[in-house]
Amino acid sequence: METVKVQDITANDLPWVIRYDASRCTLCGSCVAACSFRAIEPKVERRRMVFSEGDLPEPKQRFSAVPVIRQVRNLTQYCRGCGICTKVCPNDAIAPARNPDTRHPIVTRCVAGDSIKRGGRKNLEAGTRTLDKLRIGRISQMTDPSLDAQRHTFDLLAPFGRIMPPGKLPFKIGTDGKLEPDGQAPPVRWIYPVVIGDMSIGALSWRMWEAVAMAVAYLNEECGLPVRMCSGEGGVPVRLLKSKYLKYMILQIASGHFGWNRIVKAMPDMVEDPAGVLIKIGQGAKPGDGGLLMAQKVAEHIQAIRGVPKADLLSPPNHQGLYSIEESVQKMFLSFNAAFKFRVPVAIKVAASATSVSVFNNLVRDPYNIVGGFFLDGIDGGTGAAHEVSLDHTGHPIVSKLRDCYLAAVSQGRQGQIPLWAAGGLGRAGDLAADAFKMIALGANGVFTGKLILQMAGCIGNEMGRCNACNTGLCPVGITTQEPRLVHRLDPEKAAQNIVNYFLAMDQELRKLMAPIGNSSLPVGRADALVATDRGVAERLQIQYVC
Amino acid sequence: MCRIGAIKSRNYVHPSQALLLMQSQQKGHDNSGFAMVMHDLGGIFEPYKHLPTLSLACTNEGVRIAEDMLHAAGFQRVMQWMPETDPRPGLDINAMPNYIFQTYDYPKFYKKEDRQTKEDLLLDMRLKLRRALEQDDQGYVYSFWPDVVTLKEIGDPKDIGTYFKLWEPNDRFTARVITAQCRQNTNYDIVRYAAHPFFLQGYTALANGENTFYLKNVELQRKLHRGYIGFESDSQCFLYSLHYVHRHLGWPLSYYKHVITPLPFEEIDGREDRDSLLAIRQSLAHLEINGPNTIIGVLPDNTLFTCCDTKKLRPVVVGRDADTVVISSEVCGINEILPERNWEKDIYPHERETVVIDNQLEVHRWRQ
Ligand code: SF4
Ligand code: SF4
Repeated sequence: METVKVQDITANDLPWVIRYDASRCTLCGSCVAACSFRAIEPKVERRRMVFSEGDLPEPKQRFSAVPVIRQVRNLTQYCRGCGICTKVCPNDAIAPARNPDTRHPIVTRCVAGDSIKRGGRKNLEAGTRTLDKLRIGRISQMTDPSLDAQRHTFDLLAPFGRIMPPGKLPFKIGTDGKLEPDGQAPPVRWIYPVVIGDMSIGALSWRMWEAVAMAVAYLNEECGLPVRMCSGEGGVPVRLLKSKYLKYMILQIASGHFGWNRIVKAMPDMVEDPAGVLIKIGQGAKPGDGGLLMAQKVAEHIQAIRGVPKADLLSPPNHQGLYSIEESVQKMFLSFNAAFKFRVPVAIKVAASATSVSVFNNLVRDPYNIVGGFFLDGIDGGTGAAHEVSLDHTGHPIVSKLRDCYLAAVSQGRQGQIPLWAAGGLGRAGDLAADAFKMIALGANGVFTGKLILQMAGCIGNEMGRCNACNTGLCPVGITTQEPRLVHRLDPEKAAQNIVNYFLAMDQELRKLMAPIGNSSLPVGRADALVATDRGVAERLQIQYVC
Repeated sequence: MCRIGAIKSRNYVHPSQALLLMQSQQKGHDNSGFAMVMHDLGGIFEPYKHLPTLSLACTNEGVRIAEDMLHAAGFQRVMQWMPETDPRPGLDINAMPNYIFQTYDYPKFYKKEDRQTKEDLLLDMRLKLRRALEQDDQGYVYSFWPDVVTLKEIGDPKDIGTYFKLWEPNDRFTARVITAQCRQNTNYDIVRYAAHPFFLQGYTALANGENTFYLKNVELQRKLHRGYIGFESDSQCFLYSLHYVHRHLGWPLSYYKHVITPLPFEEIDGREDRDSLLAIRQSLAHLEINGPNTIIGVLPDNTLFTCCDTKKLRPVVVGRDADTVVISSEVCGINEILPERNWEKDIYPHERETVVIDNQLEVHRWRQ
């Protein structure tokens, strides 16, 4: 028998324990083949069996070698609870169980002497969400009738681009007494109030990225929903840059500037302007940290699109050379505005923080009117890869911060001039329409979402520590991996269809929420339509408390 | 629910006509008050059209405070009219001790100033008076403007009419434009200021409806202009948006409708003037109204107009004879004061229309 030391890693030290029923197992091997983390393996066990053969009990024992499935006990190939083994097992013989006694956070650090990295989302479930304490409580009836979600028309669009104060609109009164444009105003696009958040083509598998792009094109061309998708840092396939579908893409530039030389080179061949440019300063899931793409995910096509060798790709936490807000406004925004000849709105994405309001105030007061959107990302957002300590412990919830920014604009009479877009855990309970609507009533012009899109495509990760292995390049459902064997698990057409259907359902649900409050256009800032069942939340967000 | 009405005539009209107009619609309102604004004054005010008249309801102390303040500011009183009242017992009226209409000449050092400066002075003076009289409920300053008087009171409109002897026509207290409404804003507190018509710098607006974008409107309007205060009623927002669009931004009246009830994006997209319409919609998104509404408005040049919400959830009708045009929530009101008119020519404005009555009494129908 092998010697076991108490410091050795055993299944009980790991976050998930495999429950296996040898009596049901037919040894087909499906689970072992399917586990992308190699967290289970076949093994032979010595078994003792007691039996009796005669008319009278005459116990005898027999020893035999039995093949079984066993959990791997090490810190690189450990079970993530993804449940793929359960999915493929024909006999329900195997399943992961959450291990409340896990020592994983301690032993991993002890063994590796390095910080823990992973992907996905925050793993510390923080009880009920603020948004679940809000209800749409101001119902129109009697004198201001509700609308009919089926029969009436609704304007479900949100602005992307800098909006001029009315007094500064370049108008003159023409000879026929009509207002005529007289000079240039910043470009503004009216788009669907839910933007598909920035997930890079390196973080996602090519099939997944294609599925999202396909869904976006379908939603626009066939369903009439002007949904936009943000490329994420790391560039866009050249074929797409040169296609007419570019108009549905918001191109992102982050601190690593990955992919931008290709974008710049493709400019002369572009047949459409992109939907916008999003300058990423920070990200809600790991504020203060730059992007991180582990070498195992830097496949050949990623190297080509980003123009890099196979190595860990780290974006610095800051845009090098930007030392002040003024500078970021003048330098970055002007150059990106100029790049597309002031035809394409340029927005900024920052991580929600205790200081967001000052950043927002500075931008909203900038005299050049060039910041075309404030994308505010809260702590509950997702990421492809991050240090666990950042993921679990840094950041700021989105709800109150969005409200603070809106009210800061209100106190200056500048609401709406820089459209506010919010994200970070929206739709976590599966119901994005309700979350989006509540955020809009609190002052957002729209919301953006990434993680939920992955869940539509089949991601099984959650906030309770399930999976969240996006950094490993071993995504069990082919979404955040570049490994061809795993990527092929994802059916891009099915994924696209799911996304399209989810948006159609959400669109209906948004109408179902607008109708009872009697509004035919989005109730941006209509906090009077909301009530809170929690006194603290009500007070903080300045809405009515109800019980 | 509110019922609203307006009369515009070539001849001077006595407020008894406004009472009649509203009386027949009394099943539709709750008879909780009466308020009217008169523009283009006749009778005793006719010689003073160019000078501001103060419309005030107050206590004795209130009169003293107001007069002292006006005096200190250099205004000189040239005329005063206090309606004779009939305080017979049993009337349902919550009257203030004094109702005062005083016409003033501008302070000497303002005489040479341009119109804009004088108009700003009048507004600031009214706001100052209002603030001063607000303490201890000393009084209500409804308007301080040339050629305009305002009367608002809480109670049964019929009794208010009796109290002020408004049922007896005369040619001393008349106007060419009268707007009226018979309900206190019972959605919120009963406050005299909460009764429409509302007035600001020559603009009057009154509405029948419910503005569900009230909060959005208020939050922006508070920062737009020092005169946008009170907000005792969700309908005040209509006045402030009118003032902002027409006076502050200097846009033609036709754009008021584009601001408060913008066309759907799809329709804007198909229009030649899409760039301006889109710019307006996005820059003034917070002045959009939602919910059921009919609005009647008067401009400083005495143009009268009406328009409604995008779904036409509130009624309004415009009727006329040769000398008078009447706008009313219900046609029975018009029947009362223009019984001989050709009712086939009545206009029932639709949801994308502004009906405008100019000073030649021509009725224009503008499609949004
Ligand atoms: S749950 Fe997932 S990670 Fe765990 S053993 Fe099964 S397939 Fe492997
Ligand atoms: S299923 Fe894939 S995308 Fe989802 S958490 Fe796991 S690794 Fe990440």
